[in-house]
Amino acid sequence: MARPVRFNINGDVKLVKEGPEGLMGEGFFATNLDKVVGLARKNSIWPLPFATSCCGIEFMATMASHYDLARFGAERVGFSPRQCDLLMVMGTIAKKMGPVVKQVYLQMAEPRWVIAVGACASSGGIFDTYSVLQGIDQVVPVDVYVPGCPPRPEAILDGFMKIQDLVGNESLRRRNSDRYKALMNSYGIE
Amino acid sequence: MEITNEYIRERLVEKFGEQVTGFEESFDMLSFESPKDLNLKVLQFLYDDETLKFRFMTDLCGVHYPDNEGRELAVVYHLHNLEANVRLRFKVFTSVAQPDVFSATALFSTANWMERETYDFYGINFIGHPNLIRILNVDEMDYFPLRKEFPLEDQSRIDKDDEMFGRGEIFQ
Repeated sequence: MARPVRFNINGDVKLVKEGPEGLMGEGFFATNLDKVVGLARKNSIWPLPFATSCCGIEFMATMASHYDLARFGAERVGFSPRQCDLLMVMGTIAKKMGPVVKQVYLQMAEPRWVIAVGACASSGGIFDTYSVLQGIDQVVPVDVYVPGCPPRPEAILDGFMKIQDLVGNESLRRRNSDRYKALMNSYGIE
Repeated sequence: MEITNEYIRERLVEKFGEQVTGFEESFDMLSFESPKDLNLKVLQFLYDDETLKFRFMTDLCGVHYPDNEGRELAVVYHLHNLEANVRLRFKVFTSVAQPDVFSATALFSTANWMERETYDFYGINFIGHPNLIRILNVDEMDYFPLRKEFPLEDQSRIDKDDEMFGRGEIFQ
């Protein structure tokens, strides 16, 4: 007779319900392409950290083992725009740095998302002065703003999860829509 | 010989007479001023003189005094005699309406960037400068941010709520 199991016999083991709505049967699963692509994208985001100030330090803590951004499939931070799909702007952006942010954004391939971390990147923050760009949305379109000065790593993770929701639910046709093209044109991006 | 402030002052008065004024000592450093048309002559004299030898420019900067009628903008030259370790401040004043000052780039190469910076922040027009363009601020800026008539806040904001910044009616 096998030994009886003595531990952890009362608790339910919970599994996270991951996966889209769909038809399931013996040996097959059918769903929309949108949902499959969204699921793949949102769990394999490659962030491009553009860290200029204190928020960048908070992001380093977010990347480190305690908060561990790698849990979200974002293990691979790229310091090149070539294969990255999430631009994370963290810190004060001076007006002279604006064209650099825009150039990095332009060098990223579609689909791409932008998160503005902290008060400075979102609105200029306390630096309401002649040399500081009053929010990076004057240069590139922004998907998620993270408040805080600086935000704690939890806040950065929350912003990242908001981005994941956006990525997972985005229609494959969104970036061909007239509205999206009009948004890009308003930033002078063809 | 030791170069004292009295000696520098004697030599300057002997050379330029009534033109050099405003001698004062703060923290043992001599400062004086001259008309802005004479600035290069004074600098050249301090540079060439075999005993004074002020041949190093530590800094060149601008000051804005909005209340001084006709003398709103100052250009301050910080000179250093490296051999005797003596420092000196020399000021020229100009009106904000016509802020033209002769460029010292021919005498000190370092004045090139310093004058560009002073032009960038105060709008002082250095005549004879080889490349007088902005150096620290963006080219699109159409004002001189360190002049006191410009508020420190970014004037391009339209979303600001004075109540949030302690300038609203409840604070009056």
